[in-house]
Amino acid sequence: MKQMTYLEAGREGLAEMMREDKTVWALGEDLGRGGVFGQYHGLQAEFGNERIVDTPISESCILGSAVGAAMMGTRPIVEMRFADFALCAVDELVNQAAKARYMFGGQARVPMVVREPSGMWRSSAAQHSQSLESWYAHIPGLVVVMPSTPADNKSLLMESIRCDDPVVFLEHKGLWDLKGPVDDNTEILPIGKARVAKPGSDVTIVSWSAMFHTSMEAAKGLAEKGINAEVIDLRTLWPWDKKTVYESVHKTGHLVVVHEAVQVGGFGAEIVASVTENVFSDLKSAPLRVAAPRIPISYAPTMENEVRITEDQIIEATLKRVGK
Amino acid sequence: MSKKNFYQDRYTLFFKQMCRIRAFERAAISAKDEGLVLGAIHPSIGQEAAAVGVCENLQKEDILLSTHRGHGHTLSKGADPKAMMLELLGKEGGNCAGKGGSMHIADFGVGMLGANGVVGANINIAVGAAHAIKLKCENNIVVCIFGDGAINRGPFLEGLNWAKVYNLPVLFICEDNAYSATTRSKDTTAGSGPVARALSLGIPAETFDGNDIITVDQATQDYIARVKKSGPHLLHLTTYRLGGHTSTDLASYRPEGEAGGQWSNDPIARCRELLIDDGVSAEQLDKINNGAVAEMLWVYEIARDASFPPAIDAYQDVQNVGNPQTEAF
Repeated sequence: MKQMTYLEAGREGLAEMMREDKTVWALGEDLGRGGVFGQYHGLQAEFGNERIVDTPISESCILGSAVGAAMMGTRPIVEMRFADFALCAVDELVNQAAKARYMFGGQARVPMVVREPSGMWRSSAAQHSQSLESWYAHIPGLVVVMPSTPADNKSLLMESIRCDDPVVFLEHKGLWDLKGPVDDNTEILPIGKARVAKPGSDVTIVSWSAMFHTSMEAAKGLAEKGINAEVIDLRTLWPWDKKTVYESVHKTGHLVVVHEAVQVGGFGAEIVASVTENVFSDLKSAPLRVAAPRIPISYAPTMENEVRITEDQIIEATLKRVGK
Repeated sequence: MSKKNFYQDRYTLFFKQMCRIRAFERAAISAKDEGLVLGAIHPSIGQEAAAVGVCENLQKEDILLSTHRGHGHTLSKGADPKAMMLELLGKEGGNCAGKGGSMHIADFGVGMLGANGVVGANINIAVGAAHAIKLKCENNIVVCIFGDGAINRGPFLEGLNWAKVYNLPVLFICEDNAYSATTRSKDTTAGSGPVARALSLGIPAETFDGNDIITVDQATQDYIARVKKSGPHLLHLTTYRLGGHTSTDLASYRPEGEAGGQWSNDPIARCRELLIDDGVSAEQLDKINNGAVAEMLWVYEIARDASFPPAIDAYQDVQNVGNPQTEAF
């Protein structure tokens, strides 16, 4: 199996889909020059400027035009540059893309992928660092995917392109250079299936995106303290894999949810509430969230780090519940 | 208007279509008054020539994007008024299965990709539909109708710029009824309006009398040919909304006598005069209008007597991935 980065894996997945399906195309700012981070590097040379389209800085039209193009039977991939900039196109995503199929009584399909580079990345401050996944999970009609590994970035991007629903595909900017094995014959990974990355028996740690890796590091630290944590990479926030989480909680009796986004109203609240409502009797302790304080993200590293979740915080929080 | 250009059959048909729109909307307003139409409706009474003159020139495969005031556009594009009235009443068999109502009416079967509850939002969607046509190397065009209020929204700039940059086959129609909801558009619009704004982006544009059916018809034919030849164009059609913003808006904010005076410019009355001048009998035109009224009364009765969709249908057509019936909570 070859090794490639998270960024390269996404690019390869897109290229494979574009070779396979002529209705697949991508649009966004600076794509011809490879996109902000190089996710599209070389693709315009292969597919031409009509399928890898350089757009004006018109987020509302990038997303809104993709809705029209998707309803007409093409499969646009929309590059939003930074997740924060997608907020210029909230109407197009929330009122139009997410609703068209439903409010037209099933006449429309909106098969589009909205790629939104997300999360904290080297002092990018308040308008280039946010994790807004819980907003999208809140909107009926949207699928929300947050891959954490190169292999998942490729296979989930391909599956998102095949999907007939609008998919918000949040790649973490801090993971672009992460290397990992990627199969040449990528197996189809269904949307909505979590991965038990590290089996364990003492506590369930649920996370996604970059925080999955921090959680895995925390699990190592917990192991040194004699605690065998089960770590689940949720991969998809909507629909989310309740079954895998419930089964794990049934086994361990303790739940810690870790995410980079603000804790208040975050998706961790949904997971904790669902577990509490549905499998309460499996719980031996109150579920916990480890997530960011509800303050904007700063520029200076001292203050930026104030909102960054570390493995030490995860360990400390987990020990509150399962300390031996 | 010179009579040599006056095609009696064509404009008799257009007269009929305008009468059908007005009869449909009057039936809908009655149904609203009786409490049968549950949500807001935005009638286009007085604006029928713009709808008919534009949409009767479209082929079935041409794509139309409309607004919250879109009954006329939708009917002219060929939608079934029965399915539309059922939708307005939220009944089974409505175009949108009772999920949309008046503001989200759509009939993809005739290329009508939706009214829109958000002013100006259809502009970006329209240029995207045109982009897809270009990618697929097809010959049809997209017509995007919006009001004078929409030109002050961001999508007007973003969408028109986009259409010109990619040279897309889209005809923008600014159906200017002089009001942005309940405010005079000229009081909240800088510059001279949609034509100047389109021209500044290199998009050819002109203003026409949107209440003169022949003018609208001929301008549309000309502009469709130009769009097919050289990309995006804009038609600014001036008209007047004879009623309020919604059917229940008495429009008391209008200067006294303004609407009354505008009735003399009613596009249906003007078309009728033209046809009578050309030798069509008043009896024949009355018969056409009575037929339209009867058709829409029949449509109204069917919708009135139809059933609401079962509640469980609320879980249909949310999305493919994840089953809402089991996962909506």
